[in-house]
Amino acid sequence: MNTKSLNEKRSNEKAVVTVIGKDMVGILAKTSTQCANAGGNVLEVSQSVMDGFFSMIMIIEISEMTISLKELENNIANDLPHMQVLVMHENIFQSMHRI
Amino acid sequence: MINMGDIMETITMIQNENLDIRTITMGISLLDCGDSDINKSCNKIYDKICKRADKLVATGEAISKKYGIPIVNKRISVTPISILAGISGGDVIKYAKLLDKAAHTVGIDFIGGYSSLVEKGFAPGDEALIASIPQALAETNLVCSSVNIGSTKAGINMDAVKVMGKQILESAQLTKDKQCVGAAKLVVFCNAVPDNPFMAGAFHGVGEADTVLSVGVSGPGVVRSALDKLDKSASLTQVAETVKKTAFKITRVGQLVGSEAAQKLKVPFGIVDLSLAPTPAIGDSVANVLEAMGLEQCGTHGTTAALALLNDAVKKGGVMASSSVGGLSGAFIPVSEDEGMIQAARSGALTLEKLEAMTAVCSVGLDMIVLPGDTDASTISAIIADEAAIGMVNSKTTAVRVIPAIGCKDGDELDFGGLLGSGPIMSINSKSSAAFINRGGRIPAPLQSLKN
Repeated sequence: MNTKSLNEKRSNEKAVVTVIGKDMVGILAKTSTQCANAGGNVLEVSQSVMDGFFSMIMIIEISEMTISLKELENNIANDLPHMQVLVMHENIFQSMHRI
Repeated sequence: MINMGDIMETITMIQNENLDIRTITMGISLLDCGDSDINKSCNKIYDKICKRADKLVATGEAISKKYGIPIVNKRISVTPISILAGISGGDVIKYAKLLDKAAHTVGIDFIGGYSSLVEKGFAPGDEALIASIPQALAETNLVCSSVNIGSTKAGINMDAVKVMGKQILESAQLTKDKQCVGAAKLVVFCNAVPDNPFMAGAFHGVGEADTVLSVGVSGPGVVRSALDKLDKSASLTQVAETVKKTAFKITRVGQLVGSEAAQKLKVPFGIVDLSLAPTPAIGDSVANVLEAMGLEQCGTHGTTAALALLNDAVKKGGVMASSSVGGLSGAFIPVSEDEGMIQAARSGALTLEKLEAMTAVCSVGLDMIVLPGDTDASTISAIIADEAAIGMVNSKTTAVRVIPAIGCKDGDELDFGGLLGSGPIMSINSKSSAAFINRGGRIPAPLQSLKN
C-alpha cells in the first residue's frame, strides 16, 4: 500500500471521481478541466443518463497531482453545484472488491 | 480495472447506508511511566501520550479524506491505571484528570484504561482505583473506565461484583445533572480482552506491544440493506452467505484504514475488531438487521437464533478479510445506541431478560441499558453476576454497562446525545438479590469438560 505524502511522486496511483445528479450542459467538461488544472490525467470515463439523471465515473491518474483529493473534490463541486461529487483513492474499491 | 458496479456499491454503502470506520484506537503502554512519586508518574504519562498520539487525529482525518469514508472517533487506550496506582500510591484521581487533560491536548474523542483487573482478587492499586471511579467519571469528560471481575479460568470475584453495583449507582448519582452519563462511561467485564478498540471497555493489555493501532468498523446499515435486497423466500443459508460477503467488504475497509494509519504513525498494526457497531442514526441498527431476517420486531421469539446466525457470519466473513483480528469481534447490542433496539424497548417487545439471552450468542453483553433510578445496588450487582456467569461458562467476553436513571419517573428517557444515543427505562425484577450478593467470596471457575 502506498502511503507517501502528496508532495512525493506517486507511481500509477489512481483515484475515482464520481459525479451524480440532474443532467446539465458541461458536466464532463468542467470535471475534466478541474482534473487537468490539478495535474490529474484522465484514464477512463464511463457515464450514463437515465430519465435526466446523470452519473459519471472517471478514473484519473494522480501521480502528478499538485493538490489533495479533497481539494480536487471541492473544486469540482464548486463548479457543479447541486451535483454530488466524490473523489476517492482507488485503494478503497480495490480492497473491498478484490481478494 | 475496477468494475463500475463495484464503485457504485461502495459509494452507496458510505453515502446511504452509514458505512464508516467507528474508531481508530491507539493503544499505549504506560508500564515505563511508573514512578513511586505520583506527580513524576503523571508527568511521564502525559509526555508519552502526547508524544505518541500527537498526529493521531490529523492522520485519521487525512485518511478519511483520501478514501472518502468517515472515521467517526479517534481514541486512545492505555495500560490499566490500577497498575500505576499500585506503583505510585497517592491520590488516584490525579491519574483520571491527567488522562482527561492529555486526551483534550491531542484532540481525541475518548481515552480508555482507567481500569482494573480483579477477577481473582484486589491489590492496593485496584482498591484505590475502584473506589475512585464515580468521582473520576464525574470530574472528567473523556475518560472511560472498566473493571474485569471474572474469567473462565479464575471464576467470578463476587466481592468485586458487590462493589461494582455500588460504584455504578454512585457514578450515575454523581452525574444526575448530566443524564447520569458517568455510568455510561463505566463497564464491568467478564473475560475482558486486552486489545479492544471500543469504549468504554478499551484498555491496553500488559501483553501488548508498546504502542499499537487498532480499528473498529461499523456497518449494520450495509448488512441490513444487503438482506433487504434478498428474495423474501431466501433460506437462512443464503442469509448467512449474504452477511458473510458483506462483512468481508466492511472489514476490508477497516484493514485498509488501520494498516495505512499504523504505517503513517509508524506504529505496529494491532487488530481489526470484526464488529457490527450500531449508531442511533436511522437504519444503522443491528435490531433492523434481525428484523430484515424476518422478525416483526427485535426481541420477539427467534431473536436469539437470528443474532447467533448474524454474529457467526460476521466473524466468518471478517476473518478472511483481515490479517489480524481480535478485540470483541461480533455484533453489538447496545440498546440506547441502536435505533431499532430503542423502538423495541419502548414497545415492550425487547426486555432485559431477552437481552440477557441474546448476550449468550453475541459480542459482549448488557450494554447501554437504562434502569429505574431507585434500583438497589445489590440488584445491579446481581445483574452483573448473571452476565458474568454467562461469559465465564461459555468462555466468552460479557459485560454490563447499565445506567440507573436517577430522579427519573417511569416512562422517562435518558438522552446522552451523540453516539451514546438515548433510551427508555427498562423494567427489572422487583425481588431482592441482596442476601446472595452480600455473601461475597468467589464463584469458582467452571469445569472445562463434561460440556452440556
